[in-house]
Amino acid sequence: MSELKLELKEKIIEQLNLEDVSVDEIADTDPLFGEGLGLDSIDALELIVMLDKDYGIRLADPKEGRKIFESIDTMAAYITANRTN
Amino acid sequence: MSTPDYHIKSYCRISNGKISKNGEVLFSDDSEEFPAFIKAAYKHFETDYSKFFKMDNLSKLAFIGAEVLLKDNNEENTALVLSNSASSLDTDRKHQNAISDQSGAYASPAVFVYTLPNICMGEISIRHKLYSENSFFIFAEFNPHLLSDYANDLLETGQANEVLCGWVDYDKGKYDAFLYVIAKKGLLPFDTGELTKLYRTK
Amino acid sequence: MNNIYLSHNNIVSAYGFDSASAVDSIKNEVSGLSLVDDSKILPNPFYSSLIPQDNLSKAFQKLNPQEDYTRLEQILLVSLANTLKESGLELTDKVGLIVSTTKGNIDVLDADSPFDENRAYLSELGKKIETFFGFKNEVIVLSNACVSGVLALAVAKRFIHQKRYDHVFVVAGDLVSQFILTGFNSFQALSELPCRPYCKTRAGINIGEVGCSVLVTKDEDHLVNESVRIIGEASCNDANHISGPSRTGEGLYRSVVSAMNQANIEAEAIDYISAHGTATMFNDEMEAIAFNRANLQNTPLNSLKGYFGHTLGASGLLETIIGMYSLHSNTLFASLGFQELGVSQPLNIITETTAKESSIFLKTASGFGGCNTAAIFQKVNS
Repeated sequence: MSELKLELKEKIIEQLNLEDVSVDEIADTDPLFGEGLGLDSIDALELIVMLDKDYGIRLADPKEGRKIFESIDTMAAYITANRTN
Repeated sequence: MSTPDYHIKSYCRISNGKISKNGEVLFSDDSEEFPAFIKAAYKHFETDYSKFFKMDNLSKLAFIGAEVLLKDNNEENTALVLSNSASSLDTDRKHQNAISDQSGAYASPAVFVYTLPNICMGEISIRHKLYSENSFFIFAEFNPHLLSDYANDLLETGQANEVLCGWVDYDKGKYDAFLYVIAKKGLLPFDTGELTKLYRTK
Repeated sequence: MNNIYLSHNNIVSAYGFDSASAVDSIKNEVSGLSLVDDSKILPNPFYSSLIPQDNLSKAFQKLNPQEDYTRLEQILLVSLANTLKESGLELTDKVGLIVSTTKGNIDVLDADSPFDENRAYLSELGKKIETFFGFKNEVIVLSNACVSGVLALAVAKRFIHQKRYDHVFVVAGDLVSQFILTGFNSFQALSELPCRPYCKTRAGINIGEVGCSVLVTKDEDHLVNESVRIIGEASCNDANHISGPSRTGEGLYRSVVSAMNQANIEAEAIDYISAHGTATMFNDEMEAIAFNRANLQNTPLNSLKGYFGHTLGASGLLETIIGMYSLHSNTLFASLGFQELGVSQPLNIITETTAKESSIFLKTASGFGGCNTAAIFQKVNS
């Protein structure tokens, strides 16, 4: 699980072009949207693509994303439970 | 043709590793690649705006040009009238490559949103809180005549108090920007001959 | 300010190759949307309105082309040829040409396209249209997301006002392509069913395609029965987000108010609103907020997306042309797909084709980049 969390942090920094943010600066429980990392609606859509492309998870309803992408912890738990690759 | 009522308030040129304002070089960098050059410029101007790093190349180019000209701008009604030759083709090609990928086609929303040339004006509007008109034209080359007609009409009818006009082109690694602000008072006469001269001075 | 009018016009669409075929179908509340199964565009079937290629080729061959033209070029040329012919205008140095498109020949980027990649440059597309008819002036291409079609009319007005031209032909079009559909799909913005603007059950956009054209002129001798005068127009950015509609409808609200000020009218003077209404959750909600702020909540309103889908860079012009016929025939057209209001503010959605004496309509559009345009038109032959 901790490996997956590290992988997610690296991917988020890389794919969402977070400049000058390092893996150590993202705590597992930090909110990803709003106050925390300051991600926005396009980032949320990008994370939905990431779930599909890298973990074979297709969200039936994009609104589910809001809960799944709360933090690295919630993302990792959801991926572990639902991944198909 | 000169318009006596209006002036070129300020102008910015970005090309060949240099950024100048009103003819004076503010920044130069010998990075070969545009992304490194424009990032160095962002740092040089001490711009604190993390969304910059999410922008595509065209938006980064236009954004930095607008930073140079609108940094201390307090005219909320500054219209944006920009133009280029390559539209958003640099990003269009990225989106096309992603959806043509044989190993699995995944469109990226963060790429797709930049497949429109006017997005760079949206970025400038957000940054400088401009609730003004945006128009993006495509010409084979810089066309000061048509842009000037357009700016004149916005100013004469009171639809804008100032206009940020110009050329902002990014294609196949090459970049070329010439932006200028037209206002009541300014440095130089608002004249298409003058604009052509300033554009050609690299 | 001098009067500037919209006159001769044409719509090439799934309904046919003239404006009348589209207007008649709309009057009868017949949708142009149908289920399209084309895995080259999207893996799953999708609702769209497409121009039939067989009929297009036939219409295009009548123009006696001397070289190969892309599908979009054929659509634009067929539409503009008709408008030019109807107008009978000679192409002097006082006649301008504006092409409105968001993506132009974007399909040539596909490796399977028989055309050179250079054809994707919008100035190349513009040049093809300009030289086909022998325009004396350089074409002006406007590419400003989904407001392009209506903004192009404001642009034409300004060049006439500046005395550069006496007449401007505006032609607009965009294709239904893999490029566009995959993009909107990645935005989770596509509806699996025919779209339902402003409805509680709306679930997103359908993308459709049309080509359309109009003559913009200062000359009262060149008008048609459905002609309108442009009495106000304005464009304002949201200055908020590059893809998400403003939560306060700021840019649209400001555009509408500014256009009303220019037209020197109050909200009550507007008989009908031809709104954008893409049927995404956020867009329609944003519009409802903006129209309420502008005191237009009781004005009859429709979105024509239920007939054509969202036709991108053509939509603003297409919907303006339909609006011209709406005024001329004193008929309000139903907002197809609407059942029950699903936005937080009241709106007066037109639920069935209704007779109403009308003289002034408002056209609005909003797009990526935070752009918004409002234009107000007044019937000439009232």
